[in-house]
Amino acid sequence: MSDKLLLKGNVALAMGAIDAGCRYYFGYPITPQNEIPEYLSAELPAVGGVFVQAESELASINMVLGAAAAGKITMTSSSGPGISLMQEGLSYLAGSELPALIVNIARSGPGLGGIAATQGDYGQATRGGGHGDYRLIVLAPNSVQEMYDLAGEAIRLAFSYRNPAMILADAILGQMKEPVLINPAKTPDPEAPWALNGAKNRAPRLVKSLYLKDGEMTVHNWKMHEKYNLLKKNDTRVEVDCPSNCALAVIAFGSAGRIVKTAVSRARKRGLPVGLVRPITLFPFPEQAVAEAAGKSGRTLVIELNTGQMVDDVRLACSGNSEVYFKGYPGGTIPTPEEIEAEICMIFEKGGQRVCRL
Amino acid sequence: MQAVKKIKGFSAPRCLKENIFHFCPGCHHGLVHRLTAEAIDHFNLASSAVGVIGVGCGVFLYDYLAIDCCEAPHGRAPAVASGLKRSNPDSFVFTYQGDGDLAAIGTSEVIHAANRKENITIVFVNNSIYGMTGGQMAPTTLPGQKTTTTPFGRNSAGDGFPINMAELIATLPGTAYSARVSCHDAAHVRKARHAMFRAFQAQIEKRGFALIELLSACPTNWRMTPAQSVERLVDEMIPAYPLGTFKDFEL
Repeated sequence: MSDKLLLKGNVALAMGAIDAGCRYYFGYPITPQNEIPEYLSAELPAVGGVFVQAESELASINMVLGAAAAGKITMTSSSGPGISLMQEGLSYLAGSELPALIVNIARSGPGLGGIAATQGDYGQATRGGGHGDYRLIVLAPNSVQEMYDLAGEAIRLAFSYRNPAMILADAILGQMKEPVLINPAKTPDPEAPWALNGAKNRAPRLVKSLYLKDGEMTVHNWKMHEKYNLLKKNDTRVEVDCPSNCALAVIAFGSAGRIVKTAVSRARKRGLPVGLVRPITLFPFPEQAVAEAAGKSGRTLVIELNTGQMVDDVRLACSGNSEVYFKGYPGGTIPTPEEIEAEICMIFEKGGQRVCRL
Repeated sequence: MQAVKKIKGFSAPRCLKENIFHFCPGCHHGLVHRLTAEAIDHFNLASSAVGVIGVGCGVFLYDYLAIDCCEAPHGRAPAVASGLKRSNPDSFVFTYQGDGDLAAIGTSEVIHAANRKENITIVFVNNSIYGMTGGQMAPTTLPGQKTTTTPFGRNSAGDGFPINMAELIATLPGTAYSARVSCHDAAHVRKARHAMFRAFQAQIEKRGFALIELLSACPTNWRMTPAQSVERLVDEMIPAYPLGTFKDFEL
């Protein structure tokens, strides 16, 4: 049975996590994600779960590590400065092959930065972020509905691949309210054959990331790499909306993707053959979809709420087969659809096409 | 791994694997491992225990104890243990940490785990030096003690003072048990065994946070023979780290 509710993004995400079976939350307050711990502190005990406010993000990510080692569905949430502190634990989670949900309701940085929405954590999220050779599974919602849906999806992927999964959203998505279809379908708890719950009628188990014997670490690194290849092959998510005569593919994720969607539909009303590619998984990056759209159009425009991070992945995916334009809005500046529409028009004008003035 | 030779009339704890310890001669880690194993046997915890292992010479505990184990990042074992215990209260959760792990990089985690009255047990080995990394100054290094990073001896003016963790933890209301014992001779090992059992009992009875600090020797990094190390432990460490029970849930 599903219900339609008017929810704030952060609350929808917390509900999505509970509905996907998450019962163990460990976190530390930071703006703009506080509705997540506030909601869960009230709701988790009601469903037999546990909420712990830790003394720091260092502690909370390590509590997550403990609950994940116990085989439970567990999560934490934070924003820039807190996510930076969690990088140690994220590296251990990945190295120990433990699943967990980590939510980054991004704010601007570096340093203490500001509390307005940005996408400046793209590089940190998609490159692993902590030490060593690993990646996070990274999902980028663009609506309150996706905040709800992708929380569950991230948990499912984390368990399938035994790897931490991150939701990379931002202050806009966390704070805005939209109607959401919720679907608290009861799914059975996933199997956790690594779970440390006492060696009763079985051999003792070990959760570890230390590999000192000759060659062991190399084997482990390649094993993880294979896992990421499988993830890339089977679980890349992307929204593509390109007309058959597409002459410019606009690429954006998350809240920028949302603004771009409006800009693209406005440009189309002017008769411009413009397409939209919105990566939903940032890792794995939808290389193929981007390459196809870029190859077909010959031109791409990347819009990000930063000074240019995902654009590197777009360039790699295009391998020189497409002109790549970039327009960035860092530090909490949010462009209007009209501004992006103007960027689109400018590219067509550069190409010699006459576009009616805005 | 080499197997232990059987000696008539002497039996090892059931949960101790038959592997020869990798520890240096005169090191007390092997002894603390055994005491931990005896407590696990005594309370029948082999099928419910989860050990959380800090970073240091004790990290290979899982090579010696036949129980579930989890590695923790340096200093974070009490946080990892909190997550394990909160999500699975039926398991018996203990950490095994050295003095660098617990009293420097992990000070925050151990204090706040105690303060939240986490129902976990901390086995804390204090040998006043970083062993695994090769003998650097620890927060527990004594004033004047020479280490590889205090070549002229620890000067409290810039290098700070030893931290007495067992007393500090005892001040917190969430702590059910906190004691300091020594491993240097048979009489003290018997007392250490008793304290280990109390620290386990606290968790079994859901009394709250329990910590046992065990003074131990690191002959290799103290640059001493095992016999000299025992003398140093008695003459220098015990005066700085008084033995005793600083908090007990029944007192």
